[in-house]
Amino acid sequence: MAEIRLQQLAHSYSANPTGPEDYAIREMTHIWEQGGAYALLGPSGCGKSTLLNIISGLLSPSEGKVLFDTTVVNDMSPEERNIAQVFQFPVVYDTMTVYDNLAFPLRNQGMPEAKVKIKVQEIADVLDLQPLLKKKAKGLTADEKQKVSMGRGLVRDDVSAILFDEPLTVIDPHLKWKLRRKLKQIHEQFNITMVYVTHDQLEASTFADKIAVMYGGQIVQFGTPRELFEKPHHTFVGYFIGSPGMNLIEVKPEAGGVGFGGIHLPLSEALQQRLAATQWSTLKVGIRPEFVHVWDSPNDDAMQADVTYVEDLGTYKILTLKLAGQLLKVRVQEDKPVPQGQAWISFPSQWLMLYADEFLLEAAANTLPASEVSHD
Amino acid sequence: MTKVQNNKAWWLVLPVFLLVAFSAIIPMMTVVNYSVQDIFDQSSRYFVGADWFRQVLQDPRLHDSLLRQFIYSACVLLIEIPLGIGIALTMPTKGRWSSVCLIVMTIPLLIPFNVVGTIWQIFGRGDIGLLGWMLNDVLGISYNYAANASDAWVTVLVIDVWHWTSLVALLCYSGLRAIPDVYYQAARIDRASNWAVFRHIQLPKMKSVLLIAVMLRFMDSFMIYTEPFVLTGGGPGNSTTFLSQTLTTMALGQFDLGPAAAFSLVYFLIILLVSWVFYTAMTHSEKN
Repeated sequence: MAEIRLQQLAHSYSANPTGPEDYAIREMTHIWEQGGAYALLGPSGCGKSTLLNIISGLLSPSEGKVLFDTTVVNDMSPEERNIAQVFQFPVVYDTMTVYDNLAFPLRNQGMPEAKVKIKVQEIADVLDLQPLLKKKAKGLTADEKQKVSMGRGLVRDDVSAILFDEPLTVIDPHLKWKLRRKLKQIHEQFNITMVYVTHDQLEASTFADKIAVMYGGQIVQFGTPRELFEKPHHTFVGYFIGSPGMNLIEVKPEAGGVGFGGIHLPLSEALQQRLAATQWSTLKVGIRPEFVHVWDSPNDDAMQADVTYVEDLGTYKILTLKLAGQLLKVRVQEDKPVPQGQAWISFPSQWLMLYADEFLLEAAANTLPASEVSHD
Repeated sequence: MTKVQNNKAWWLVLPVFLLVAFSAIIPMMTVVNYSVQDIFDQSSRYFVGADWFRQVLQDPRLHDSLLRQFIYSACVLLIEIPLGIGIALTMPTKGRWSSVCLIVMTIPLLIPFNVVGTIWQIFGRGDIGLLGWMLNDVLGISYNYAANASDAWVTVLVIDVWHWTSLVALLCYSGLRAIPDVYYQAARIDRASNWAVFRHIQLPKMKSVLLIAVMLRFMDSFMIYTEPFVLTGGGPGNSTTFLSQTLTTMALGQFDLGPAAAFSLVYFLIILLVSWVFYTAMTHSEKN
């Protein structure tokens, strides 16, 4: 049971890193609170597993500190950190039975056999491993092996934290959902800090209370699934979360706002001031396909776009529109009329995000809820 | 779905059958032929049934060399297998040193048997050999493989260990390299001791290569001929006369082709049996 704090942490696999490209983890400071259920979400190769191995102590960071509560654990082994980790591919001890596999970490701790038995039975119940307990681990199927692997992580309830490195990769889809529920239950029951690495946004949002999105070796946003959806702090979050991802359009500053291809998008006074005070090399606006407003008829506020493609996905439709040379995705509920040929759309200002060099630019008073900031 | 029966498919087995016949069965049949007859020349031969086998199985000379042979092979396995595993575990896994190690380990394997025998024959001599001189004159240990039976024995054993431990080590090394890092990481997370890592991760993963190593070293050592022959000619006395040398003496020295043929078959069956026992013992445990 511990709060995990990363202080100015950075890691490079090369001995003499010369630039930021050489870092698998770029300098970051981050806190995982005691008892939280967290997901670490990002594409392959963004540094998720590296970060996890640094927390568990399998890897020693090249810069910065890892703290468990107030203790610096940089030089402590995984044993000393008392941490459990479940890996992407199942690791079982072939020569042992499933029971012995689950008992292994407990026996290594020197737990008395009577107590080991209780703990193993408990975890076998949770993971439906009861009928397999007497079987040799070698003969199990891939998903059974992964359950045993997870069981070894979960069986110790005194751990500082349990780390999962894409543990459900090899599991059947229907079982995946079930196991995720199980993990959530175990989390609620034992109140252990859990960090769950995945590249699947659905997996992340069903498991975690808060998601850290990683991109290019840094955590670009840390927030609830709703925050990530409504207010992406980085264009990558906008693009990676949601289906389809956020529409991102490169724009140029204009008087009273920004614009592209003859389209003018007004910005609030506060945001204009912020933009003027910021150095940037690329400027983009982003709006989620769900938040683009489609008007039933032409009007003064609306912009005219060509409908190039309509994709019917049952409960909703995805329109591909062409607005001043830019392609846009728009999500329309099934009860709404689908525009033919031409569409009149507008971007509600509370959902229009401005990104300077890929990071969200907000008006200075960012303590207010997003809706109040943009309505002025 | 009905299964189509077509016995013509048996013809497809024919090439393999012919190959095996020419490579193994026909040459062996000549030995079988000799083992059940007494052949003097092309025109005079007598069928003797199992006489030669009976004679061979009661021959005390063969009993002695068979016993010696079993003790020798057991010693070879008991030394080379643990030593090979140990070396494989301590070999560096990355960088320049791993290549250096691999090359050094391979050198003994490339040296022909009679050259190895000659090397040690000279190396161990008390007058001009470095080893013999060191032991006798520097360390004060009396060592003479030509006169002392146990010295000869130890020397033959050391030769084999020097020559072939590399093979076991290299096989084990390849087995160890095939273990993904994540197994070691999981073991660290589970607080496994070094012994537990060896017992539950490394050893099981090395099992298939160890099986090959044990079989190869058993068969090779059970057929050892050149090294003791070059070193002492099987002496002093009969102390390092192993099965193949006894057989050679019988067949080529005394020209007792009948008993030699019978004995060859017994020899072959022993190797087959022991190999089968090893194989079954080492693969059986997986099924439970």
